Amino acid sequence: MSAETLVQLLYLVSTALFILSLRWMSDPETARKGVFSGVAAMLLAVAGTLAGVAATGGTHYWWILGAFVLGSAIGYPLALVPLTAVPQRTALSHAFGGLAAGLVGTAKYFLYYGQRNAEALAPFIVVALVAEILLGFLTFTGSLLAAGKLQEVAWIPQRPVTYPFQNLVNLLLFAVALGLGVALVLNPLAAWGPLAFGLIVLLSLAFGVLLIIPIGGADMPTVISILNSYAGLSAVAMGFVLNNKLLITAGALDGSSGLILSIIMCKAMNRSFTNVLFGAFGQAQQKAEGGEEKVYKADTTESAAQIMEQASLVVIVPGYGMAVAQAQHKVRELYDLLKKRGITVKFAIHPVAGRMPGHMNVLLAEAEIPYDDLVEMDEINGDMPQADVALIIGANDVVNPAARTDKTSPIYGMPIIDADKARTVYAIKRSKNPGFAGIDNELYFLDKTFMLFGDAKAVVGDLARKLAGEGGH
Amino acid sequence: MREGTPTTAVQGPPHPAGGGHGQLDLMGALFVFMLATFIGIMVIQRVSRLLHTPLMSLTNAISAIAVVGAIIVSAGKEAPTFITVLGLVAIVCSTTNIVSGFFITDRMLKMFKKRDVNGGASR
Repeated sequence: MSAETLVQLLYLVSTALFILSLRWMSDPETARKGVFSGVAAMLLAVAGTLAGVAATGGTHYWWILGAFVLGSAIGYPLALVPLTAVPQRTALSHAFGGLAAGLVGTAKYFLYYGQRNAEALAPFIVVALVAEILLGFLTFTGSLLAAGKLQEVAWIPQRPVTYPFQNLVNLLLFAVALGLGVALVLNPLAAWGPLAFGLIVLLSLAFGVLLIIPIGGADMPTVISILNSYAGLSAVAMGFVLNNKLLITAGALDGSSGLILSIIMCKAMNRSFTNVLFGAFGQAQQKAEGGEEKVYKADTTESAAQIMEQASLVVIVPGYGMAVAQAQHKVRELYDLLKKRGITVKFAIHPVAGRMPGHMNVLLAEAEIPYDDLVEMDEINGDMPQADVALIIGANDVVNPAARTDKTSPIYGMPIIDADKARTVYAIKRSKNPGFAGIDNELYFLDKTFMLFGDAKAVVGDLARKLAGEGGH
Repeated sequence: MREGTPTTAVQGPPHPAGGGHGQLDLMGALFVFMLATFIGIMVIQRVSRLLHTPLMSLTNAISAIAVVGAIIVSAGKEAPTFITVLGLVAIVCSTTNIVSGFFITDRMLKMFKKRDVNGGASR
């Protein structure tokens, strides 16, 4: 068996393992098997590549080993971040992925250019190269900025940044990059080739920044998914450049995963891709607010605890506020205390609650709340009229009834959790300001709604204490 | 470009871990891409919504398959130093994603537990 055949066989097995890895993610029961399968696939891929490189006389092995060690040394601490920081960690790793793809593409171009290798720079390969660096570097800066926004780095604006003709500027820059790409495809070995290539790199880097600055926190789940998809597609492009089917397959798996997640996120907000990317959410709404002052009915945790004690079904709706306050462990205490009294407790999970897909589920799982009680929006909504209490913890837009009724609202048409159909609503809110998108929430002004102002962790902790203190068993 | 010297393969220097015999199999590659995308979409659609965050960190790790390209670039014998350096930096980035992606996915997945038999309320 030739070395080449061996390499391809290893790649074949690796591809199968990658597919199985994602297949096993369909169920929490088998999901960990998916991770092991993914690790095995990656080890085979690396082993196969090293074998192939060795067979054709590679070099720099010590350096490569050093790079592995350094990468692992950076990667391992990144795996230990608190789970509330998972969205920014994810964005950061999209950035690394984009950078890797961009660098490999750059290296390949300059390698072929230096060799004056017209064959290797066939038009199709240059198309793939340009796609690779465009997607790679755009993902790099875009994800870095997204990570910065999520981490709330001081000098990165949290609010969407908009300026006149923003989309026009972006489109123009994109057109310039595209034009340079076409020129490069037609004359890959021209004297100005490296210059054009460098300009495309710079434009891609700038483009990543420009795409992300107008995007607000509420749109982060979609944006992270789109960047996920781009990172995968840049690996696909690399696969075309290197004519490597393993890269194409694994990249396509990642790309389609990002695509599906973005579609789910967009549907959950009743918005289109273009609207998320070019819409600059969170700007127009403030103007729409009327002048009249509405009054919140604040309540004490004591009476909230009393009401909850009488309930037979309590539905908890968590949102980003729970994550910020790291309240999930206190929520678990509350959950336990209510359960002990024979009260049914369910969690209503909106697909875009939090800052990335599935964010709430992971936090609640961390607090050891069994996943059987985490219920998707579509399923829980049928039960909402039977709920005695809906307890809203740091969620806002995802329970705003304006999405159903108010055609002028920016979130009109977005599917929401019908918290307003519960008999009584308790909403925990940090301050009296409107939520992230700056939209007033009618839910808070309903007759049946009572506000519990304060940090989510403190308020839930208080509630739990009141419940534990009174009676018990 | 193809009418150049017919004796050389379309793909310039042989890629040890590249495909076929250095011959660019464009159509084959496009087929693979198309099929893999369909498989990806079908498999991902079945992923439980509970697991979307771990799914994303898992696919992060999987997209670090770019390490393959980075190794090929870094190990090239005739490449100028700056190209090797670019390749090595790409290896560092990819390895970071591989290690952190798989570890954190597993860490998250370990937390997902079904209700235990005795009611789940006890710790």
